[in-house]
Amino acid sequence: MSSPDRSIELLAIADRVVAMAKPGEQVEAYVSRSLSTDVRVYEGEVEHFVSAQSEGIGIRVIRDGRTGTSYAGTLDPSQIAEVLAEARDNLTYGEVDEWAGLAEPDGVAVVPQTLWDERLEDTSTARKIELAKELERRALAADGRVRVDDSNYSDAFGEAAVATTTGIRVAGRENGCYLSVGTLADDGDETQTGFGFAVGRNTDELDVDKAAREAADRATRLLGATKPKSRRVTVVLDPYVTAQFLGIIGSTLNGESVVKGRSLFANRLGDHVANPLVTLLDDPTNPLAYTATDIDGEGLAARRNVLIDAGRLEMFVQSSYSARRMGVATTGNGVRGGVGGAPSAGCLALQVVPGSRSQAEIVAGIDDGILIQQVQGLHSGVNPVSGDFSTGAAGLLITGGTVGAPVREFTIASTLQKMLLDITEVGGDLEWLPMRATGVSLVIHDVTMSGA
Amino acid sequence: MIDNDVLERVLSAGLRTGAEFAEVFASDWRGTSVGLDDGRIEQMSSGRNRGAGIRVINGETTGFAHTADLSEAGLLAAARVAAEAARQGDGGTRVIALSERSTKSVSPIEVDPSGVSKSAKVELLRRVDESARATGGAISQVSAGYSDGRTQIVIANSDGLVARDERIRTLLRVSAVANGDTGMQTGFDSVGHTMGFELFDKVQVEEIARVAAQRAITKLKARPAPSGAMPVVIKAGSGGVLFHEACGHGLEADLVAKGASVYRGKVGELVASPLVTLVDDGTMTHEWGAIAIDDEGHPSQYNVLIENGVLTDYMWDFLRARKEGRRQSGNGRRQSYKDLPMVRMTNTYVLNGHDEPDDIIKDTASGVYVAHLGGGSVNTATGDFVFGMTEAYLIENGEITEPLREGNLIGNGPQVLRDIDRLGNDFAMGNPGTCGKDGQGVPVGDGQPTLRVKSLTIGGTAA
Repeated sequence: MSSPDRSIELLAIADRVVAMAKPGEQVEAYVSRSLSTDVRVYEGEVEHFVSAQSEGIGIRVIRDGRTGTSYAGTLDPSQIAEVLAEARDNLTYGEVDEWAGLAEPDGVAVVPQTLWDERLEDTSTARKIELAKELERRALAADGRVRVDDSNYSDAFGEAAVATTTGIRVAGRENGCYLSVGTLADDGDETQTGFGFAVGRNTDELDVDKAAREAADRATRLLGATKPKSRRVTVVLDPYVTAQFLGIIGSTLNGESVVKGRSLFANRLGDHVANPLVTLLDDPTNPLAYTATDIDGEGLAARRNVLIDAGRLEMFVQSSYSARRMGVATTGNGVRGGVGGAPSAGCLALQVVPGSRSQAEIVAGIDDGILIQQVQGLHSGVNPVSGDFSTGAAGLLITGGTVGAPVREFTIASTLQKMLLDITEVGGDLEWLPMRATGVSLVIHDVTMSGA
Repeated sequence: MIDNDVLERVLSAGLRTGAEFAEVFASDWRGTSVGLDDGRIEQMSSGRNRGAGIRVINGETTGFAHTADLSEAGLLAAARVAAEAARQGDGGTRVIALSERSTKSVSPIEVDPSGVSKSAKVELLRRVDESARATGGAISQVSAGYSDGRTQIVIANSDGLVARDERIRTLLRVSAVANGDTGMQTGFDSVGHTMGFELFDKVQVEEIARVAAQRAITKLKARPAPSGAMPVVIKAGSGGVLFHEACGHGLEADLVAKGASVYRGKVGELVASPLVTLVDDGTMTHEWGAIAIDDEGHPSQYNVLIENGVLTDYMWDFLRARKEGRRQSGNGRRQSYKDLPMVRMTNTYVLNGHDEPDDIIKDTASGVYVAHLGGGSVNTATGDFVFGMTEAYLIENGEITEPLREGNLIGNGPQVLRDIDRLGNDFAMGNPGTCGKDGQGVPVGDGQPTLRVKSLTIGGTAA
């Protein structure tokens, strides 16, 4: 049994709003609807079962360079009229911005993506619960020292449409499912934690065993960890940590930060900002990327953009606004935070071009270093404007080419500018993680470790 | 928002499949926000979100469904979904009779922001921009935001409780960039209260702007933060987040029950320096985390968590309290009607000690003085936590000297609580915060007097 694509109904709602535009107005309507399930299992029982249904509309009106927005968490027609009226009223308080405007179709062809899997619709509730139970059982079975905090199955079915007076008219839908497990490992008085996850377009794609093994491994590998001595070391970032690091780098490479004087890399186009080993691209057209998409948040075709080519800064990602203001073409990187507000420029699916060696081969060549397996506090210790980088970390010591004792409760620090130049190797172990960036082992030298 | 007879029928529908408890949480939020950036008012936005979440508890299982449709038909449909999700059998029909519980406001409102003109809100931001830029020629960029929100809430459950509340929050935040030979630096400040627009009669927005701008300017001359363990003095009103992370989360009964807290089984034990008395206080008038009732309808409370270093109690929500035969403590909170409630903090703070703050600095031969903290996070099972210092200075020979660049501090909760060796008499609350747990954010407050931690690890780059 499969359902027809009903995002077309949302497009009709957006069309009706756009048709209400008055002369001299640009109007954009973004309409979305979603259905999701969350199952949490604890000690073999369903702890909670959540069935969630959401909908909403966001309207943006621009007139004479002034912008106003409004949104509501309902598609009730009487409310929609109110939302439009509010957006119109709000624009009178905005100040004139000569670059204000909606995206316009730019002729770039859409690379079609398969974002909907009909099989997921047919998944029974019993199967969803069983998956979460199975994950809990397997995580417990993986290691006798492991307890499970919670084991979860989630799925989401989302539909969205955007239409504008400038000729944008797109609609689409996407679904997916997700398993996650939180683990605790005990050894005497000591407890350490771990997690594991699996993602798929349908439940057959969920690798339950891998999620369970990783969750058990993450929790147990830190048992007995000590606080290391402060010093400068070479760090090897695990793929999962690299993905988080790339996310931060990506946030410094957007045109909006550049035009507003908040980018570390403004005026650096063409410069070697990273080691020549580094080629960084944002490619949502790659179907392997978790955040692969056919269109961006403004309704333009998503595209492959090379941001850093062999260490040289090539471009910034742009929304239609930042592109207009910088006098360049948009890169199809409008990102929407939800139904409210206007889209801003941001990376969609970052990837660093992999090298050739495995993590084990890389580690074999390091005399004194740390394999960083988890970081804590990236949101509080990294400043993407100044470039200061400091994060809590945990991992394994590397001594004489071998991975050894676990360490925790220390920080690693440098600056983003310096770290990009200090990358000495990109691993060959590319991993497609459920994040906005892919993972790969990354070696960075001369990082300050603060511990005991 | 919803009549009691409708609520009664919806709760009955929730119990249809044999559940022992059903609850309706309905809310209607309206808010306005204005953003200023790059010297201009970029956008005014207004929004509305209303709906109801229906929770049905059956043994160990909770079923939950939510809807944006507040009609009786919409609510009944959601109740049936929630009941199905928690199905244990056929429960037949149970009639619910609600009795209204009156809500005593902890934060009386003088000027409802929804009645204030949009131009008055815009005007605040213009003043912010002007003041921040006037702080120094090095200020190259300013962004600021104003937001207000009014939420009306109805909570009813099958135990017969029905409670209503109205919550108003008003917030202003400022972020400045300073540019100099050493690159760019940022400074931030904010003010937010469970208060109406009268907030801006009580605080000068120019001062908030000046503080944010000065933080950015000061850091242009900052040297890299040191690396390693050393004494750290934390200014009054800037380090409450330390307690929020170092032990607050670990005292949430749901985490304790799953053995995911280092404070499990420690009630009655000395877990902190005897100087420390820690309170979670939802009744603290006008503070960001103040609530008249929690999101399960229970009145907010003043709860002593640690008294003179001894752990006295955890924080409780309905589910944990019921399972363990305890009383709720007014800490059952949720982000919105779309979310299940959990045990959450409100305003978490440390009571005054006796030291003069200047003496604490004078008595510190060398270390770091932290004047403003950013966010933080904790692993409650290990107690390891981090938080970011966004304004800090070196302490040399008992004096505050050079400013430091940003970095994280890292420590272990139980260890740090024991390592607090000086506590000032200058209590102050800090900036309004949003606490994240299991994907949900709720507004919280924190505070403390000036204090010293014997040893904390500073995550800088200098030797």
